[in-house]
Amino acid sequence: MRLAAFDEMLPEVSGLRRPYSAYDRWLKEQDPARLTEKMQDAERVFRKTGITFAVYGEQEASERLIPFDIVPRIISGNEWRRLTQGIEQRVQALNAFLDDIYHRQEILRAGRVPRELIARNEAFLPEMIGVRPPAGVYTHIIGVDIVRISEDEFYVLEDNARTPSGVSYMLENRETMMQLFPELFQKIKVRPVENYPQLLRQSLAAVRPQRTKGAPTIAVLTPGSYNSAYFEHAFLADQMGVQLVEGEDLRVVDGHVAMRTTEGYKQIDVLYRRVDDAFLDPLTFRPDSALGVPGIMDVYRAGNITIANAPGTGIADDKAIYSYMPEIVEFYTGRKAILGNIPTWRCSEADSLKYVLEHIHELVIKEVHGSGGYGMLVGPAATKKECQDFAKKLQAKPSNYIAQPTLALSTCPILTEKGLAPRHVDLRPYVLVSDRIQIVPGGLTRVALKEGSLVVNSSQGGGTKDTWVLDD
Amino acid sequence: MLLGRTANGLYWMNRYIERAENMARLVDAGLRMALTRTQSASEEWNSVLLSAGSDVAFTQKYDDYTAANVADFLLRDTSNPSSTMASIETARNNARMVRTALTRETWESINEAWMALKRILAKPIDERDLPSVLDAIKRETALIRGSFYGTMLRNEIFDFSQLGTYVERADNTARILDVKYYVLLPSISWVGSTLDNYQWESILRSVSAHRSYRWVYDADYKPTNIADYLILNVRMPRSLTFCYRFLAEHLKFLGDDYGERQACHATAEKTQAMLRSGSIKDIFDTGLHEFLAGFIRDNTRLGDEIAQDYRFY
Repeated sequence: MRLAAFDEMLPEVSGLRRPYSAYDRWLKEQDPARLTEKMQDAERVFRKTGITFAVYGEQEASERLIPFDIVPRIISGNEWRRLTQGIEQRVQALNAFLDDIYHRQEILRAGRVPRELIARNEAFLPEMIGVRPPAGVYTHIIGVDIVRISEDEFYVLEDNARTPSGVSYMLENRETMMQLFPELFQKIKVRPVENYPQLLRQSLAAVRPQRTKGAPTIAVLTPGSYNSAYFEHAFLADQMGVQLVEGEDLRVVDGHVAMRTTEGYKQIDVLYRRVDDAFLDPLTFRPDSALGVPGIMDVYRAGNITIANAPGTGIADDKAIYSYMPEIVEFYTGRKAILGNIPTWRCSEADSLKYVLEHIHELVIKEVHGSGGYGMLVGPAATKKECQDFAKKLQAKPSNYIAQPTLALSTCPILTEKGLAPRHVDLRPYVLVSDRIQIVPGGLTRVALKEGSLVVNSSQGGGTKDTWVLDD
Repeated sequence: MLLGRTANGLYWMNRYIERAENMARLVDAGLRMALTRTQSASEEWNSVLLSAGSDVAFTQKYDDYTAANVADFLLRDTSNPSSTMASIETARNNARMVRTALTRETWESINEAWMALKRILAKPIDERDLPSVLDAIKRETALIRGSFYGTMLRNEIFDFSQLGTYVERADNTARILDVKYYVLLPSISWVGSTLDNYQWESILRSVSAHRSYRWVYDADYKPTNIADYLILNVRMPRSLTFCYRFLAEHLKFLGDDYGERQACHATAEKTQAMLRSGSIKDIFDTGLHEFLAGFIRDNTRLGDEIAQDYRFY
C-alpha cells in the first residue's frame, strides 16, 4: 500500500515549498556526478572518524555506519518557533508529572491517569518516591520524536525522557555537510547547532547538588566500548571536556561517588549516565549489573550527586502513559497541548482491543515497553500471516500493546542513483532542562531509506539527514 | 586528571602498536636469513618465533617452520594474541576505550591502520607479496607514530603512552638478543665466519639497525660492538639504554606532576643507572644470557609496578 504523503520539499499540489527555494536553486546548478562523488566522500569521512554503531544480532557487521543522505531537511524559522513552543510546554509537563508521581500523586487522585497504570509499571521506581533531585529536575535531556503529516499538522510520536541518543549524529551530520558544501552555508543562513556540547555542560553544571563547592566535576557514564552508542558517549565527553567513566571506575567513597584516577579517587558531582535504570546500582536494582555503581542510590538520596536523567524518568515516556499525555499537559500547564498526540488505542481496554483486532491491517501496533522499532507490527505492510501471528500475541497479553493509525509521515527527498526520490522522515529535536529549557535549533532527522517504508530506526535500515532551521 | 583505566588503555594501546610493528620486523629479518641461507632456514624461523615469544603456540599448530607458516602465524593469525593483526586490533580496542584522551589525528591514524591491515591481511599472504605486506605494516605504524608525536599534548597522557612504548620495546630488543646471545659470545667466534656474519646482520635487521650500525662502528660486524649497540648505545632508538632513558624521564614527569614518587621510579632508575655505568665487558663477564634474563625480569616488574602505582586496575 502506498500512502499519499506530504512532501516537505515538493508537495504535489503547490510545488516547491519556500524553505527549500534557495537550496533548490543551488541544487539545480550542481553536476549530478559531483553530488554522487560528495556522497561517497561523506561515507569516507564517517568511516575514517569511526562514527559507527553496533547492530545487535549481526555478528559480522559488528560496526556499521548509519547511512547519511546529503539532501538537508529544511525547517523555516516560523515552523520552528511553533514547534519549540509545543516542545517547551510538553517538557515542562513531563517534569511536573514526574515530580508529582513520585510525591503527592495529585494526578492520580484527580483520576486523570489510572492508578494501576503507575503502580504496576516496571518503569515506575518505588525507590524514587519522596526523592527530590537537585534543582528539582527529573528529565534533563529529552529527545522528542515528532512527525509531520501536512503543512500544519505536527504530532509527537514519542517522548524520550530516559537516555535519548543520536545527538552526536546531529552534530557530525552538520560538520560533514559544512565540509562537503561550504558554499551552501554562505548562501543560506542556517542556525548553528555546534554549541550543543557547551550548552549541555552548562546545563549539567546548573543542576549540581546544592552543597557542591566551586565548579562541579561532571562525568559521562557509559556501559563501555561494546555498547552500540559508545561513539556518542565518547564524543559528548570529549566535546564537553569531561571524563568518560565506566562502572568499574567508580565507587562510593565517604558518601560521594568517586572515580579512580592515576592520583587516587576524585569526587564526581554530576553524572550524565547513559546506562539504564536497572543497571545503575546493583545494591538497589539488578544485582548482577557490573555497569553501575554499588551504593550510588544512597548517595543520590542524600543529595550528594546529580544523576541525569534521574532514575525513574521512564514512567513519563512509557508508551502506556503516552496516550494520556494530552491530559497530563493540560493538568500541569493549565492549557491545551500545543503539540498533539497521535490517536492511540490502549489494548488493555476491551473496546479498544476489539477495534484493534478488527482493524489490524490498518494499524501500527507497538509493545508498550519496546524501543528501537523492535517488536512492532506495521499492519499495512505486513502479510496476512504476520497479522494473524501478531493478533495471537496481542490477545495473549493485551496490556502489553498500544495501537496507532498508520500515518502518512511526511517525506523529504533523498539523493538516489536516479536523482531525488521522496522518503518518509521523522524529527528528533534535543531539549536541555536546567533552571531553563533550551532547544537546539535543529535535531536528528531520521529517514526510511527503503521506498515506501515507514520505519526510520537506524537499527532497521534507517538513515539520517542534516536538519536545517533557517535563520529567517 | 586521568582515569586509571584510561592510563591503562593508553599504556597497552602503545605496547600493542609497538608489538604489531616488531612482529613485522622479526619476520623481515627471518625472511632475509631464509633467502640467503636456505639450508638452515627452519632454524632461523625457529629463533624468530622464540624472539616473538610464540614458539610454543606455533608448534601446537604447525609441524614445519616455513616462511609461509611463520609469516601467517606472526602477521595474520588472530588466534595468536601477539600477531600483527591481533595486536593492531587490541591497540584499536584500547584506543576506542581511551578515545577522549587522543587527538582526532591519532585516533584516525589507528583506525585507518586497522582498516588497512584488515584488508591487507584478510587473505593468506602470497610469498611474493610478503615484502610489500611488511612495508605496509611498517608504514601504517609509522603513520600512527607520526600523528601521535605531531599532535599530542605533552602531558600525563603522553607519558603513559610512552611508558607502554618503551617497556614493550626494551622487552623486544632484550628478547631478540637473548635468543641469539650465543652467536655473540666471543669464545665461539672471535673471528667471524660467513655464517656468523649473517647471524649478526640478522640481529641488527630485527631492530632495523643494520645500516645505522655502520655509521657508528666500523663496517665490519663485531659481536661486542653489536651487543654494545643494542644494549648500551644512548642514541640507538631501540637500545635498552635508550628505552630506559625515556622510561626514567617520563616517570620523572609523572612524579613531578603528581608530586609523589612511587616504587616504579626506583626500579626504573636502578636499571637506568646500571645501564649507564655498565660496560659491555662487564656484561660479557657476568654472562650475556644471565644479564638479559635479569633485565627482562626487571622490565616486567617495572610494568607491573607502573600499573599498580598508577591504579590501572
